[in-house]
Amino acid sequence: MSEALIPAGAVVAVAATGRQKLYRRVLKNPMAVVSLVILALVVLSAVFAGQITGWDPGRADLNDALAPPFGEHLLGADASGRDVLARLFFGARVSLIGALIALATALAIGIPTGLIAGYFQGWFDSLSSWFASLLMAMPGLIVVLALISVIGPGMVGVMVTFGALLSPGVFRLTRSGVVSVRRELYIDAAKVSGLSDYRIISRHVLGVIRAPLVIQASMIAGIAIVIQAGLEFLGVGDSSTASWGQMLSEAFSNIYVAPTMILWPGLIIGLTVGSLAIFGAALRDTVQGAEPVRRVRRRKPSSVEDTATRRLDLSTAATAAVVSPRNGGQEDLEPNDALLVVRDLQVGYPQPDGSTTIVVDGVSLHVDRGEVLGLVGESGSGKSQTAFSILGLLPDTGAIIGGSISFAGRTIASADGAAHGAAALRGRQLGYIPQEPMSNLDPSFTLGFQLVEPMRQILGLSRPAAKAKALELLDRVGIADPRRTFDAYPHEVSGGMAQRVLIAGAVACDPELLIADEPTTALDVTVQAEVLDLLRGLQRERSMGMIMVTHNFGVVADICDRVAVMQAGRLVEQADALELFDDPHNPYTRMLLSSTLENTEPRSARSAQPVSSRGTAR
Amino acid sequence: MAIFLLRRLGAAVVLVFVIATMTFLLMSMTGGDPARNILGDGATVEQVAAKSAELGLDQPLAVRYVDWLGAAITGDFGRSWFTNEPVMTSLANKFPVSLSVVVTAILVTALLSAVLGVTAAVKRGWIDRFVQMFAVLGFALPNFWVALILVTVFAVNLKILPATGFVPFATDPVRWLLGLILPVGALVVGTIASTAQQVRGATIDVLRQDYVRTLRSRGISHRSLLFRHVLRNAAPPALTVLSLQFVGLLGGAIIIEKIFALPGIGSLAVNATLQGDLPQILGLVVVMVVLVVIVNLVIDLLTGWLNPKARVS
Repeated sequence: MSEALIPAGAVVAVAATGRQKLYRRVLKNPMAVVSLVILALVVLSAVFAGQITGWDPGRADLNDALAPPFGEHLLGADASGRDVLARLFFGARVSLIGALIALATALAIGIPTGLIAGYFQGWFDSLSSWFASLLMAMPGLIVVLALISVIGPGMVGVMVTFGALLSPGVFRLTRSGVVSVRRELYIDAAKVSGLSDYRIISRHVLGVIRAPLVIQASMIAGIAIVIQAGLEFLGVGDSSTASWGQMLSEAFSNIYVAPTMILWPGLIIGLTVGSLAIFGAALRDTVQGAEPVRRVRRRKPSSVEDTATRRLDLSTAATAAVVSPRNGGQEDLEPNDALLVVRDLQVGYPQPDGSTTIVVDGVSLHVDRGEVLGLVGESGSGKSQTAFSILGLLPDTGAIIGGSISFAGRTIASADGAAHGAAALRGRQLGYIPQEPMSNLDPSFTLGFQLVEPMRQILGLSRPAAKAKALELLDRVGIADPRRTFDAYPHEVSGGMAQRVLIAGAVACDPELLIADEPTTALDVTVQAEVLDLLRGLQRERSMGMIMVTHNFGVVADICDRVAVMQAGRLVEQADALELFDDPHNPYTRMLLSSTLENTEPRSARSAQPVSSRGTAR
Repeated sequence: MAIFLLRRLGAAVVLVFVIATMTFLLMSMTGGDPARNILGDGATVEQVAAKSAELGLDQPLAVRYVDWLGAAITGDFGRSWFTNEPVMTSLANKFPVSLSVVVTAILVTALLSAVLGVTAAVKRGWIDRFVQMFAVLGFALPNFWVALILVTVFAVNLKILPATGFVPFATDPVRWLLGLILPVGALVVGTIASTAQQVRGATIDVLRQDYVRTLRSRGISHRSLLFRHVLRNAAPPALTVLSLQFVGLLGGAIIIEKIFALPGIGSLAVNATLQGDLPQILGLVVVMVVLVVIVNLVIDLLTGWLNPKARVS
């Protein structure tokens, strides 16, 4: 159960945080502080057990046998008349030392082997990884029991063995941490600058895995305490000193006489191990960053204006000036039979500190039937967020906080959350083509299944009919062997083929509006043109409306009728495609156009000049 | 798929062989004289030598190893040094009891943690907080302590469930089940707590995948999305955790069996350990490892069936 506790992301996340800052942040977490205080109390009570309590944990007095709590003995006495509290304090010594031995062993074996395996790889890596999985397949308690019959019941030997059995968790964590950083450029840089392997490992690599190791260590210590108590409970431990497990065992034999006796040792184990677990969890949360506020409470747009902090770096002067004249009368331009109308759309993400980050701010646009609208802007300009708002597929953490979206005259989304129309339209009237083909196909199902399933659910087709239609579609999107592709899994086809399959899926149920989110960005240049041709062909023969989200003006020139340009969450210009290319009004649009290198004269290496002086495209 | 299966099978056989060998060598290097241990201090030197010869302990280690291995392959682990009962017979008597507990516990764990984990991932809110709190609690409370509490409450005070004893399924299925409730209940608190949290994490990971959004955009029903696509993709990591839980439960059952006086491998293991009964311990370890390997194999196959990519690797 050990290695699954820390997701791989945690390892990388720490690299960016830095040690001092991380531990200071952990101490701001109240759970972490409380658990550390409890652990400190347990440790102190173990160290100063003799000073705190006047009772000798081994002194038996039959007059005091099973004495009730809160009398002479604070927590009562056990069946032999020994003070329970004193035995708890002294028992903590056994548990803590045992946990430390196991932990030290696990770290001493796991970290060096993990470092070597991850950093140098090769035969040692394969051998040690195999050995780690072998150790993990061993039933720990049985192995320890078997070894006790060889090495005797001494605590040190038992806990060393147990630490060795827990070392695969540390090994795997260390190894994966090292593997994830060893390809980083700064490691290469360190190598080039002549640092020795030893220095690189101790400086750069250990720093990355420090926090995950602390988390893992808290888990190992917890498991060790529980296992040790278990062995003592079974009676295979050292019976001469007081220990929590032994106390439980004695309480168990008196369970009918004094049932409350099982409470104290159990509670102290639970408290100690629980504190370790909570500390580990708190550290993990700090490393990964706190989870953002979940459900978005919908507010009226006006209140948002008051409370929201605008994180966007809107150069307000520029944006105010931008709203170009031909764009100003947008409401008038909007035809009555527009397929899709977006009005004053505002999308926000609430932050843990109570503010809201607004990523789309007052976007209004429309798409007619059979029209292709290009939605252009650089990364982070809010164009994809606008597209997902239309589809009703914003992440859980975000929401429409202002404006409305209507489709074919019906409101499908608005800020008050009253209309949830997009869900009913998805697949039927709205189609979506994603950017990254490979991550957008379910790896566990055949391509054919993923095409057939929506057709059966939405169009109500029978299985053979849906299959026939899917094969037809695959043929239409230019796949050479539809049958073979139909039966293939996503990992068995190329990116270009996967994108064709996704296009086939998007148009399978004959949508009226197709939203394509940078459909060619992730593809080879040679495939890009073919996919664009395909999209244009499909759009024309079905006279679909289409929103083409892109940052590429080449794509815009190729396929779009109209263009809307976004910057930092706002719409800065909207115009017919040709008009925009001829005469961009907005300075940002001009800048975007000028940074398109297509159609500029080829530059020779010697006469290279700054791009900006090269003039705009066309 | 056939190659995938053969590979896993081969690796499993190697694993069992290596662990058996390692255990044999470790156990044979034990200090002290086993024959002396068996006969006690009162025995004469001649008696001890005779016993050593009888047990084959006068042979070199290599010969003993080959003999043991040759017999073990045929399922013969020799006889207990102390009871003289064939090891296989006592294992065959005890294992069904332990497996009743462990297998029931693993099934209950799989079912409840799937329900809890997926619900926590999808609904979030209070059930999510509950699963996360439960994860800490289940980790912190030793299962044998939970067992003691359960005995105190349900058997000692309420007297509604039996505190001890085991009734074979064939004798009386109802009493078999009643007898299992408390032991299984004590074992699954910890396993559900950690497995549910893993299921929750895996489900959240899948829900964040691009393809889930794309499937949504296709208009697929919520139910189909969750039960077909999300569950299937979240299952492999959860299954891996489950196989680790099985290993843990085999150990945990030993302690639990003591509390509920179940005639399983627990008492066998503890007694053999305390006495240094080498054949008994070896047999126990080998059978345990074979069991673990079989379970891992089944989990591997399930993962391969669920995830087409795993079949090729």
